[in-house]
This record gives sequence, C-alpha cells and structure tokens, in this order.
Amino acid sequence: MSLSEETKKFLCVSCPVGCLLKVTVQGKEVLSVADNGCPLGVKYAQNEVVNPVRTFTSTVRAVGASLPVCPVRSRTPLPLSKVGDVTRELAMTEAAAPISIGQVIIKDVCGTGTDIIASRSLGKR
Amino acid sequence: MSDISGVREIDVAVIGGGPAGIAAAAAARKEGAERVVVFERDWEAGGILQQCIHPGFGLHMFGEELTGPEYMDRYLKQAKDAGVEFALNTMVFQMDPPVEADGRRAASFWVMNPQTGIEHVRAKAVVLAMGCRERPAGALGLAGSRPAGVYTAGTAQRFVNMEGYMPGKKVVIMGTGDIGLIMARRMVLEGAEVVAVFEIMPWVSGLRRNIAQCLDDFGIPYYLEHSVCELHGKDRLEGISVAEIGKDRKPIDGTLRFIGCDTLLLAVGLIPENELSRMAGIELDPSTNGPVVNELLQTSAECVFAAGNVVVVYDLVDFVSEAGERAGSSAALYALGKLDTGRREFAIETTPNIRVVSPQKLCGERDTTVFLRVAEPVEGRCKLWAEPGIFSQTLRYARPGEMNEVKISAQKLRELPGDVKSVKIGLEAF
Repeated sequence: MSLSEETKKFLCVSCPVGCLLKVTVQGKEVLSVADNGCPLGVKYAQNEVVNPVRTFTSTVRAVGASLPVCPVRSRTPLPLSKVGDVTRELAMTEAAAPISIGQVIIKDVCGTGTDIIASRSLGKR
Repeated sequence: MSDISGVREIDVAVIGGGPAGIAAAAAARKEGAERVVVFERDWEAGGILQQCIHPGFGLHMFGEELTGPEYMDRYLKQAKDAGVEFALNTMVFQMDPPVEADGRRAASFWVMNPQTGIEHVRAKAVVLAMGCRERPAGALGLAGSRPAGVYTAGTAQRFVNMEGYMPGKKVVIMGTGDIGLIMARRMVLEGAEVVAVFEIMPWVSGLRRNIAQCLDDFGIPYYLEHSVCELHGKDRLEGISVAEIGKDRKPIDGTLRFIGCDTLLLAVGLIPENELSRMAGIELDPSTNGPVVNELLQTSAECVFAAGNVVVVYDLVDFVSEAGERAGSSAALYALGKLDTGRREFAIETTPNIRVVSPQKLCGERDTTVFLRVAEPVEGRCKLWAEPGIFSQTLRYARPGEMNEVKISAQKLRELPGDVKSVKIGLEAF
C-alpha cells in the first residue's frame, strides 16, 4: 500500500525573506517544493518533514564576569523537539570568566551532536 | 556655549557606537581620515545588537547567520584594526549648528564623561548614528493605574539577555514588531508563559518568519485587530483588558475581555532618536522622523552625515551597516576636502501608497538603493518603478513590515535631460 500524496505549506525561516513554501509530500518523502526563492527553501522543507531543526540561542550564568549572563548559541541547528531539554540543561550551566567568543560551553548538548558555544566574549568583573 | 577648557579637534566624529556608527568609523579611517572617534554613552560599543542574542544577522554581509553579539564582534574588530578611537561612557549632550572653520563648515558639540567631565569637540565632519528608541507605554493611552510589570520589549530584552533578570512569569505582548515576537520566544525559553500577542492593525508588522519560528514553534497565539485598552492591578500588574478593534481603529463595544498576566511587553514601533539633529538645526522628514539625506547620506548641513536607524528604521542590520559605511566614507571625503556632491539635485517623489522613503534626495554621484515602505499591504503581484525610465521590478507582494528596494544608477541619473529635477517612485498592483 502506498501513502497518499499531500500538499503542505511551510514558512521558510532560513532568511528574512520568509518564502511560503508549497511542499508536496508522500509520507516522509518530499516530492516537490514550489514558491521557494532559493535552494535553501528545498533543504528547509526536507528538514521540516523529517526532523525540523532550528539554530538555538539563549544565555548561561556567567561567574565573575563583567555581565551576570553570557549569550550562547548552538554551533549548528538542532532538532526543535530537543529545545526543551537543552533549555533545562542550560539553566543548570555556569561559565566562568574570562569567556571568549566561540568557546565551547557544552559539548554535544543533550546528544544532539552539536555544541553550545559562547556568542560573545566577557572579561573578568 | 563658550569654551571652558579649549577644544578637542578631530577629523570625523561618530555619534553612537552601534552597527551604523562602527561601520561608519571603520569606513572613515579606510577612506583616509586621520582622527576618527566614536562617542558611545554605554560602557561598551556595539549598541542594541549586544542584547539581540538571537540568530538572523549577517546573511547579506557575511553569507552566514550570526547572532547580534557575533555580528558586532566582527565589525568591532574591523574598526579597531582600522585605527578607530573609542570614547566610551561618553554622552554627546549638546550639538551646535555647524560653525565656520578654515573657510569650511565644521561640526561643534559637547560631551560628558565621568572621568574627564565636560569637553567641547570640533570635528571637520560628523556622522549621526544615534539609532532609535521604542515607542513607550505613554504613547498608547492605556486606562487604569500604573503598576509595575509594563515594559517595552527591548527593555525586557536587555533585562533577560544582559542583566540576568526575568521581568515576570505570565506575559502578554502588545504589537507584532520583530522585537515583540523575538521576546515571546525568549520568555518561553526562560520559563515564562506567554498568553498571547495582540496587534491593533489588520496585518503583522514584523517579519513573517518570526511568526513562524517565534510564535508557531511554541504554540503562542496572536490576534490581529486587537488592542490592550486597560491595565489592572495597583502595585503589580494583575491583568489587562483587551478589545477587538474596528475599521475606525476604535474598540468594538462588547468585545472587552480580561486576561490575567503579571507582565505586559510593548512592541509598538521604533522612533529615530534625533534630539541632537534638532539642536544642530538639521532638516528632518516627518514621515521617517529622521534627517533628510541624499545618497551620500549627507544631511541639510553639509558637514553632517547620518546613517542607520537614526535616518529611517530598517528591517535588517546588514543594511544599517551598509549605510554606515557609506556615511563614514562620505564624511571622511568631506573632512579631506574631496567630497564631490554633484552639480545636480533630484528630489524623490512617491505615489501615495508609499509611506516612507530614504534617501529623499539624489545628486547622481553614487549608485544607490532607495529604501521604501508601503502604507498598506499589497497581496499579489505588483510593479515597483522609478521614472523617468530608471528602474522597474515585479514583486510577488509588498508589505509594510518588509522594506522594498529601488536600485538607482548614478549614470542613468546624470544622463537625464537638464530640466528633470525629480525622480518619481511608485508601486501599482497588476
């Protein structure tokens, strides 16, 4: 028995243009993508069907630094379904000054395969 | 004001150390200006991007998606490498109309700093890069008392992302500006509940992708044509009353309902910050709330240049940096006595469905992008044009939340017959 085709709409978040993609899928397979302004739209649609991913950003407590918190990001996009786990992990994380931009704060966060890194430098208070 | 303790003489002064100012200062040095100083009132340079920790910056400039602090880090390195000087914790509090110096106009202003006190600065050219401010609660005419818990979205953003404070636990957001949408997601990630986002207009004012990735991803509902009308609570906010808004932009009778919350964030628009421009007597445009500029980003005072959100509120920082570079390079050339402002001037006229246009004048010296915003959404194919015969492009849609660009070639302008004194920009649906 073959799965039936269906048309889904996704708003691509790859760039500020925000194309409204028309995506034909069969199960978890993307058959076609229309109304995308660039190739990023095709990749976005494929991810949305199989495993939506987002670049994750937040802060961690900074100890002894010129600010009480340090902004962090995931080095690469991570699964949307893991965002809750990652926020809880970050709530328990501290980074000690000095912190340099790009420094790894958590390696392979929650088994996502990507690292949480500092997105700015912070000197000692 | 008269001199107190002599005058500090510099070549190019940049007022404001945000994205526009930093790009301007680096460009001014690269163009050959000797002493270039950025005056920044905060303890560090970087401006608002230091609190914009979300991704989405730099796709245009660097071809990758950076967070605000990462984007600023690159530009600050460029500026430092280029030999830009920084005056931090230093506020420009008074700007004089341009003065005569060596037979040319120069900028004169006054700064204060906790260590060095008050100083008088004279610069051969100045770049205004003060950015913008958020429209405050007072502009909304909210009924009720004045409890704690009402913040502009940007203030809350600074609390959460830089100062490490949470403004509240149960949040309502008024306005669909990008900062409001970004803060909706941010508050959820920090453990708060975001009840709803309300927008008075029939359309979203921020980027669509922020509806998708900030609201839809987290199941936060938003309601168009709704407005918060009343605040409840005495010491602390206990809730708000919200009503549906009719075509006359007034609340519809019988639609008022109460929503419990301890925090209200306002994302209801940005206003260019031009107190200093006014003091200097620079011509302002009532539709942008910023200085009138030409494509060199020169204002009505020939030694004063302006760039970024102080001129017109942009959607993307990449364009702010680009404008900063242009203003910085123009200011340096002026300071060196090498700026050619052209022999012609064209005024830009627009059709009534265009609300904002910047620059407002062209002199035909440099190829340029004219940025504009439509007054109301045009859903469907439309044509954006500049006459006579300068530009034409078909768009899939035009929306107030997303600026449109008109590319203008200096060569084409210069080739126009001598009696042509204006360029008309228009947008029409097919």
